[in-house]
Amino acid sequence: MSTATTSSPATTSSRATKVLGWLTLVGFAVLVALAFAWVPEDTRITEQGDVVGQFDAVRLMFVHVPSAILAYTGFGLTFLASLAYLRWRTDWWDIMAHSSAEIGVLFGVLTLVTGSIWGRPTWQTWWEWGDVRLVTTLVMVLVFIGYLAVRRIPADAAVQARRSAVIALVGAVNIVIVNRSVDWWENRTLHQQSTLIARKIRDETLFTLSFSFAVGMVLFVWLLLHRFRLAYLERQIEQIEVNEALAERRAEADLADDEREQP
Amino acid sequence: MFRDAWLIAGKDLRIEMRSRVGLNQIVPFAVAVLVLFAFALDTDQEALRTYAPGLFWVTVLLASLLAIGRSFAVDLADGAADRLLLSGIDPIAVFGGKAAAIAVQLVVLEVLLGAGVVLLFDVTVHRYGLLVCAGLAAAAGVATAGALYGALVAGLGVRETLLPVLLLPVVAPVLIGATRAFQDAFGMAGAEGWAWLGLLAGFAAIYGVFGALSYGALLEEA
Repeated sequence: MSTATTSSPATTSSRATKVLGWLTLVGFAVLVALAFAWVPEDTRITEQGDVVGQFDAVRLMFVHVPSAILAYTGFGLTFLASLAYLRWRTDWWDIMAHSSAEIGVLFGVLTLVTGSIWGRPTWQTWWEWGDVRLVTTLVMVLVFIGYLAVRRIPADAAVQARRSAVIALVGAVNIVIVNRSVDWWENRTLHQQSTLIARKIRDETLFTLSFSFAVGMVLFVWLLLHRFRLAYLERQIEQIEVNEALAERRAEADLADDEREQP
Repeated sequence: MFRDAWLIAGKDLRIEMRSRVGLNQIVPFAVAVLVLFAFALDTDQEALRTYAPGLFWVTVLLASLLAIGRSFAVDLADGAADRLLLSGIDPIAVFGGKAAAIAVQLVVLEVLLGAGVVLLFDVTVHRYGLLVCAGLAAAAGVATAGALYGALVAGLGVRETLLPVLLLPVVAPVLIGATRAFQDAFGMAGAEGWAWLGLLAGFAAIYGVFGALSYGALLEEA
């Protein structure tokens, strides 16, 4: 009888995750130094001589923008892993979909919170319903919170995996519809459209923003590896418990047979 | 297949006609929500008239949760879902039938609530054709998405609380599109109602296809 138990390490840590963890820590420290000490505050002088801009609030960009990209990366990965699960029906893809959805929700919430904090000094409002990206991100996070709620319901593993995969696929397709509908709804966005493309951004800011993407991506992979291994170990524990329960029932049945056979 | 879908829809609608749960519970619930909206917005008739399209559709969506939950709850009783599975009816027909039955109930609810909105919120209908088309398209959208998500949560112990969590964010585009279309139908400026019909019809089509494709797998598990 195969139990698939003893060969796996009883930890989520490995040499790779340790390296990634240290890279994240060092990278984050460097990012904080760059963001606060190197990048100048956002100011420009108008033709009338007034000083305008986002001032120090612009530094929130180095948390907000990478968070948004990592949230979309997480949900995109969930979509692809769910497709792959429905095609190949392996635990690996199911665990990947679950793990990336959790990380996507984490970064999605961080995006909304930092966006709201950034919006207050920049747009003079905590929330703007006419903004396409803001509302789309909110709906996306809500859809995947629902996905995680389904994953927490005790059910047969295969049933839960299949239902979750369908919810992830529908949810991801729905994001496109929500995005289009909100766009048509108000047809405007407060978000900056082409700062990077039009090279309106300072070199120091552009470098630090790129660096924040890199640190964010390392953090994402580090989290994903740990979460994936944790989910994998959880399944192994469940399998061990099932096997133990089966062995106990068989032992009880054997004992009962022996007692009946004795004169 | 269409005959089977008709059979399923007829079965669900007959159950609702005989049990009168829709008439005795879902419609009064929806009217109570409309009245509460009026209380929340004070006695300001102008505010009620302005927000009537949005209030109407929020009410329809809340009431649709009850109708969708009910549609799948009746199949769980006495192992009806298992017998449905054993009957050999094409899952696409089951999906189509259940979605059609939910849509019919929603249309009836929309007619009753529409009358309530005209009477209580003092709105005037300027474009009846747009009103009818938007009402039908939105009902189809909510019904197809509802039939899909209803099957997803069917058989789960927490389906009553899970269905709103899953469905309400998903039908947000229907709320936006139908509200805009109704604003135009009620003669309010700033909305091109016919343009929003495309979104409503597209939503219904996408969820119709998605539901039809995935229903077989979901029925097996229920």
